[in-house]
Amino acid sequence: MYYQYDVIVVGAGGSGLFAALYAARRGVSVAVISKLYPTRSHTGTAQGGIAAALGNLEEDHPIWHAYDTVKGSDYLADQDAVETLTEEAVDAVVELEHMGLPFNRTETGKINQRRFGGHTRDFGEAPVKRAAFAADRTGHMILQTLYQQCIRHNISFYDEFQVMDVLINKDGVMTGVVAYEIATGELHVFHAKATVFATGGWGRVWEITSNAHTLTGDGPAVAWRRGIPLEDMEFFQFHPTGIYKMGILITEAVRGEGGILINDKGERFMERYAPHAKDLASRDVVSRAIYLEIRAGRGIGGKKYVYLDARHLGAGVIEKRLPDIADFCRTYLGVDPVTEPMPVQPTAHYAMGGIPTNADGEVVIDRDNSVMRGFFAAGENACVSVHGANRLGTNSLVDLVVFGRRSGAAAAKFALANDFAEMPTETWEPTRAMLDDLLAESGEEKAADIRKEMQEIMFANVGVFRTEELISGAVEKVKELRERFNHITIQDRGKRFNTDLLETWELRNLLDIAYVTASSALARKESRGAQAREDYPKRDDVNFLAHTLAYLGRDDSVRLDYKPVVITRFEPKERVY
Amino acid sequence: MKVTLKILRFNPETDQKPWWGEYEVDMDPDDRVLDAIHKVKWYQDGTLTVRRSCAHGICGSDAMVINGRNGLACRTIIKDIGSRITLEPLRGFRVIKDLVVDMEPFMEKYRSVMPYLINDEDPGPRERLQSPAERAIFDESTKCILCGCCTASCPSFWANPDYLGPAAAVQAHRFIFDSRDRATEERLAAVGGKDGVWRCRTIFNCVEACPREINITKAIGEIKKALLYNDG
Repeated sequence: MYYQYDVIVVGAGGSGLFAALYAARRGVSVAVISKLYPTRSHTGTAQGGIAAALGNLEEDHPIWHAYDTVKGSDYLADQDAVETLTEEAVDAVVELEHMGLPFNRTETGKINQRRFGGHTRDFGEAPVKRAAFAADRTGHMILQTLYQQCIRHNISFYDEFQVMDVLINKDGVMTGVVAYEIATGELHVFHAKATVFATGGWGRVWEITSNAHTLTGDGPAVAWRRGIPLEDMEFFQFHPTGIYKMGILITEAVRGEGGILINDKGERFMERYAPHAKDLASRDVVSRAIYLEIRAGRGIGGKKYVYLDARHLGAGVIEKRLPDIADFCRTYLGVDPVTEPMPVQPTAHYAMGGIPTNADGEVVIDRDNSVMRGFFAAGENACVSVHGANRLGTNSLVDLVVFGRRSGAAAAKFALANDFAEMPTETWEPTRAMLDDLLAESGEEKAADIRKEMQEIMFANVGVFRTEELISGAVEKVKELRERFNHITIQDRGKRFNTDLLETWELRNLLDIAYVTASSALARKESRGAQAREDYPKRDDVNFLAHTLAYLGRDDSVRLDYKPVVITRFEPKERVY
Repeated sequence: MKVTLKILRFNPETDQKPWWGEYEVDMDPDDRVLDAIHKVKWYQDGTLTVRRSCAHGICGSDAMVINGRNGLACRTIIKDIGSRITLEPLRGFRVIKDLVVDMEPFMEKYRSVMPYLINDEDPGPRERLQSPAERAIFDESTKCILCGCCTASCPSFWANPDYLGPAAAVQAHRFIFDSRDRATEERLAAVGGKDGVWRCRTIFNCVEACPREINITKAIGEIKKALLYNDG
């Protein structure tokens, strides 16, 4: 089928749904295309809160929030974009409340707020209550609320449609996408004036992750294969507290409410690594501390985990403000956090990098920030960059609402000012040929084996700590896996709901993302935020205060370029918590 | 431990009728049922089809019948249910393929209760106020993940597929009892018709099935009470 819309949004998480609402409000036709039912999107798993300087419990200002975000980013965030983020966060959170989001309330009926790592008053003086929350299901409530508004405003949805290609015409204008209908196996062409990518993250590159099985970096991989660069891909956040072995997230709000990390000796070890902020230091700092404790043999029973202890918070706080966490621990660990500490380890969690955009969500494709006309991106798959080398807790939800809104508005504005651009001569044909090739292959390889090998090497070699040798090993291994990918046999040859085929295609995306991530990490010979190089332990602002741009180069290589960081108010300085 | 999975298979493209597939996999007792399904799909039979995403009970994708009871495969731990596991698609829903069912009629009912806050008064530049007590009244209903476990366990729904069902009722409850909402009348009308909440026979299957531990029958009872005492 051939469809035509002024604006199409790919992905139905928080940023995609907000973009769709903001576009529709401006009177253009909008369709949302998603591989999942919208309510299954990963925004729904975000737990602890959304940061905004509402000042409901204590004095707070967007500029304090901006400082914390820039410091948290290890000075790699673009400061103009960060200021936009923290200023508009307040209005975005209030708008969510107006839409019906059931925030927890203060005694006076205002939106309640709590502490989170790295969020302070007076430019680093002391922790501040900035995270607005709905128990520990803030993301669930954001996703539900936005989807409800989409229902109210009759937005068109194409649920369980997998976007597999982008249609860039001879003038370099984005004209739409090719989507595979999962229920039938049919390919559809969506012709659009403006295309917004909001496809989420790619934690499934790593062995231990908090991310859903479906978070396979589809949007960035599709864009990269069509010549669009990916920015700062070496910066992937490892959240300090995933459930041991499973990786399921235990929200930082546990520490925000007063929970502490302890090692095998019962020692509150964060006091040694971050004397000031302790357990509420930023995530990269806490994840490294846990690793060092484990490496020094102080993991619990010598194993690869430490304890997160919330017992002293009492049953009241745990049941009322952290009910889902209590439930996860009881279900998956048989551990009751009211009476026992929780075994945790760092878990691959969040992509700071992604498709480069400006603050209006327009995709920018080179070091001069040249805009690709008709193409927008928002949320985790985009890199504005407001998170730089490390994101603060609760800033992901802020990012997706603020830049979801902005990209939706900008896409609508673009659609109102422009006609439909001519599509390329070939539309669905390359996708059909690619799928036919995948289905025709009868080699010896299994997708599951290749995926597992990729996840293991990426977790071991391109994880919390990295060296030249480790990263090079990962690059070589991923190259080998990309070659072996061509010999995978897909058992399901049918058209109907063929998830065997889809998972294999998703693996191709993961391999491309892993390749770009490792290649970008190898070239950055410094330690900054989430990239901790043991062979280059210091930050190097002379050579690397710059965003990486990774392109698909000749002969399947990764070609790297760099662009400057925008610095306005906050000069880079040493980062101490 | 050795685990035997017996899975009701059906692909309308190729099968005349449903059939039982049996698979043996080696699992850790702490693994999820979803992990066992993945092991079959990834290493034995790639055609086995299931929906899943988050794998920890929040996205609501992998609702199915597990040893006769509705639940999420990613929230059910193998050691809790033993080494012989029987899996079937949700009852009362059309099967698309294997464990994947058509959720569209279910979502249609969800949409029918106007599941969004309606309040056209100008809220001003800041948030509307709501006390913690007002917020607590509908707290439980906000936990619903639309997985379908409750509706697919409801004998009243099995008997009459037009019945609104417990999930949509919970969603209506979430707004009817929200102090900020101004559309109680319309919403009560939407759930009070002949296929509405009165078809609930308080069998409590839904409460037992809900992976989010929502007391659904109680919520439906509160809606019924509101219908009785609301004079419009």
